[in-house]
Amino acid sequence: MKRVALAVVVLTLVAAACGNDDGAGSIEGSKITVYSGRSEDLVGPLIEQFEHDSGVNVAVRYAGSTELAATILEEGSGSPADVFFAQDPASLGAVALADLLTELPPELLEVVPAQFSDSNGRWVGTSGRSRVVAYDATRVSAADLPTTEDGFTDSVWKGRVGIAPTNGSFLSFVAAKILLDGEQATLDWLKGMKANASPTFPKNSAIVAAVDEGQVETGLVNHYYLFRRKAELSDVVAENHFFEVATAGSLVMPAGAGILASSSQQAAARAFIEFLLSEASQEYFASETFEYPLRPGVSPYEGLPAIDSLAVPILNLSELATVLDRATDLVTEAGL
Amino acid sequence: MTVQAPIEGHNDPLGAEEMATTARRPRARRPPWWLWAAPVLILIPVLVPVAALFLRVLGATESAWATLFSIRTAELLVRSSLLVVLVTTTSLIVGVAASWILVRSNLRWKSVWGVLVAMPLVIPSYVIALSYLAASGPRGLIADLTGVGLPVASGLGGAWVALTLSTYPYVFLITAAALRRIDPSLEEAAAGLGAHTWRAFRTVALPQLRPSMGAAALLVGLYTLSDFGAVSLMRFDAFTRVIYAQYSGRLDRTPAAVLSVVLILIALALIFGEERTRGRSAYYTQRPSRPLQPRTLRPGARAGAITFLGVIVILGVVVPVSVLVAWVVRGASLGMAVSVDWGAVGGSLVASALAAVVASAAAIPIAVLAVRYTNRATRWLERSVYVTFSLPHITVALAVVFFSVNFLEPLYQSLALLVVVYAAIFLAQATGSARAALLQVNPNLEEAARSLGKGPLAALRDVTVPLIWKGLLAGGALVFLTTMKELPVTLILRPTGFSTLAVRVWSAADELFYARAAASALVLLLVAAVPMYFLVIRNREYVS
Repeated sequence: MKRVALAVVVLTLVAAACGNDDGAGSIEGSKITVYSGRSEDLVGPLIEQFEHDSGVNVAVRYAGSTELAATILEEGSGSPADVFFAQDPASLGAVALADLLTELPPELLEVVPAQFSDSNGRWVGTSGRSRVVAYDATRVSAADLPTTEDGFTDSVWKGRVGIAPTNGSFLSFVAAKILLDGEQATLDWLKGMKANASPTFPKNSAIVAAVDEGQVETGLVNHYYLFRRKAELSDVVAENHFFEVATAGSLVMPAGAGILASSSQQAAARAFIEFLLSEASQEYFASETFEYPLRPGVSPYEGLPAIDSLAVPILNLSELATVLDRATDLVTEAGL
Repeated sequence: MTVQAPIEGHNDPLGAEEMATTARRPRARRPPWWLWAAPVLILIPVLVPVAALFLRVLGATESAWATLFSIRTAELLVRSSLLVVLVTTTSLIVGVAASWILVRSNLRWKSVWGVLVAMPLVIPSYVIALSYLAASGPRGLIADLTGVGLPVASGLGGAWVALTLSTYPYVFLITAAALRRIDPSLEEAAAGLGAHTWRAFRTVALPQLRPSMGAAALLVGLYTLSDFGAVSLMRFDAFTRVIYAQYSGRLDRTPAAVLSVVLILIALALIFGEERTRGRSAYYTQRPSRPLQPRTLRPGARAGAITFLGVIVILGVVVPVSVLVAWVVRGASLGMAVSVDWGAVGGSLVASALAAVVASAAAIPIAVLAVRYTNRATRWLERSVYVTFSLPHITVALAVVFFSVNFLEPLYQSLALLVVVYAAIFLAQATGSARAALLQVNPNLEEAARSLGKGPLAALRDVTVPLIWKGLLAGGALVFLTTMKELPVTLILRPTGFSTLAVRVWSAADELFYARAAASALVLLLVAAVPMYFLVIRNREYVS
């Protein structure tokens, strides 16, 4: 009798597990764990919306993208995470290169242009963040800005370019520069910025504030900090400049998401990524976080140039992971 | 934020240990084995991972050396040592001066002053840091009120101020207790021979205070070395901040592990130093033979004393609290969503309450072992409790996370593991009060129960525990308070989806969302103030 009962239980569980994997309608009531390198303030409302729409229960672990990538690497195939939702391609790349992400189905990958996803399809870009120069339009004219970041090591720019050397986006930019220009050129550039007494800041938002308040004339940041500031204040004088030559300085870093190969909740995890790529979510990124939506047809926040008009360097984004720690070393070595 | 003074207990400000030595009868009997179970179960999840962290670093010698060179460890050492020396010096000056005024002088409202001066104990270092950051700078509160933008209070200066304000109450409590035990007649004799107040203090009181000042200095030094919250918000690259930056900013975790090992070794050296000082110093155990004659302050000195106390209370309590309130008001008036995250309140309460219960429960057998069965093994147990308490929390958190992901998978990222780690690192506080309470219980009572046929467990349950109940409660309240303030362990070991007020304050402040950080910080103070009040009332002796 007992054995029969046990068999019934096992069969039910197996059936439930299979059901989870196949039928799209059966994810309701299931539970996924998302490691989110994007902050709760940015994506909390989206995740709530997904829970509401899909009936999937989402537990989120918020931390830095690199920290979570390192955590998944340490956890290996025993990771409790089902989805890794990261701020930058290097973190996603690290987990992908360790073979811990599963290949995504083409219907997800096809939603966004291939250049913003992993070249082997293990993660997909969900929104774009462009590196730009923020400048004080009352003191600097866009025509005087150099054509690439390399111009900023010229002594003309001494003390006039704010950077955030320990910030994740800056490190992604440095990593991209290593891949594009080589280690030596990157180190020389960093040393040049140091020699030019470039003021350093803890983060991008502090640079944009300093530019806007007249403390420093320009700064290397991501494009959306200016729009966040404009949303809060009426008299913003800072502007964004997009480099017209494709270099590390004009990198577009996609935030993106991948599914852990070890996840037992593949269907719900796919539904979550599908939700992030949906028109509604893409519009949320455009209007609430001022990032570039990557789904063609969804327009970016007003005032932003179209993403296909930007000079974006061609890179294998996952490969950024292989030089990310090296980027930190070089920044330290340059004394920044 | 990391190391807290055991207000009662290890530093033994009441000299209970010495009094007890004569009262305690040597035991031939061995303790029942089960007394060891709880302490060992609590300490193992911390001490084994820390040992494993050393092995991990030894196993990666080459990259370990590379790390030590590439991260400029020497500069790091200099910066951290500088901060430790500065904070310890100012903290000692402020703490000793305050205790001397409040123990020896005839100032009015001394008990009120005492409570106020000890009050920063309840304010986490990162909240003090947050308030000074939010007050200064071109967009800070002071600039708003006066139109004069102060430079941002960050870096070494900011960390120095915040940590001095966080640590001087420990010096104050320890030296006030010591001063109360020192016979004032020597000072009075000096005064009678014509020495003025300062000279009498310097030549008579100060030398007698030296042992307790040494203990307090090492405590403050350890606290400063281990503090994570204040130095990281102040962006001062001390050891703990750099360790966290390596942990969160690199894919390779070896550098974080290597630096943690270095920091643990420095902390152990300090702990060892503290033990040696205690070994040599004489603790004055005799109570003064007659009530203290408070020294009458001259009007000038009185004004000076009141100004001094006023300034430290303003800097340590009034400024932090009013800045927080002002930011919440400012945020609300700008239409920001300044709401209380009830999930985080619940998280803080649940985790702290569980930690307090577990630590108090584990403190019972430890106190019994230490007091009733003193031998080499139980002395080692007490020592491990103290060492666990003194380890920098960020290193404990990293050690446990590395270990649990590889070897304790079912407990990895669980609330149970978090609570056990809290209980282990704050066990010394619970043990301190339990031990002090047990020393006042006559062992004959337990003997009587045993001779009437009760087993050791029943005697413990029916006789000992009811008698030390108040001590356990006080220790539990202290653990509750410290857990509530704890940051790095919470940040790194918390379960997925679990948040606490400390985490909310830190992450909002780190993102420069001061209004939101201030709201969580105020709630944290309100919730933490309750056990603090309970402690202060119960331990009136320290402050009145």
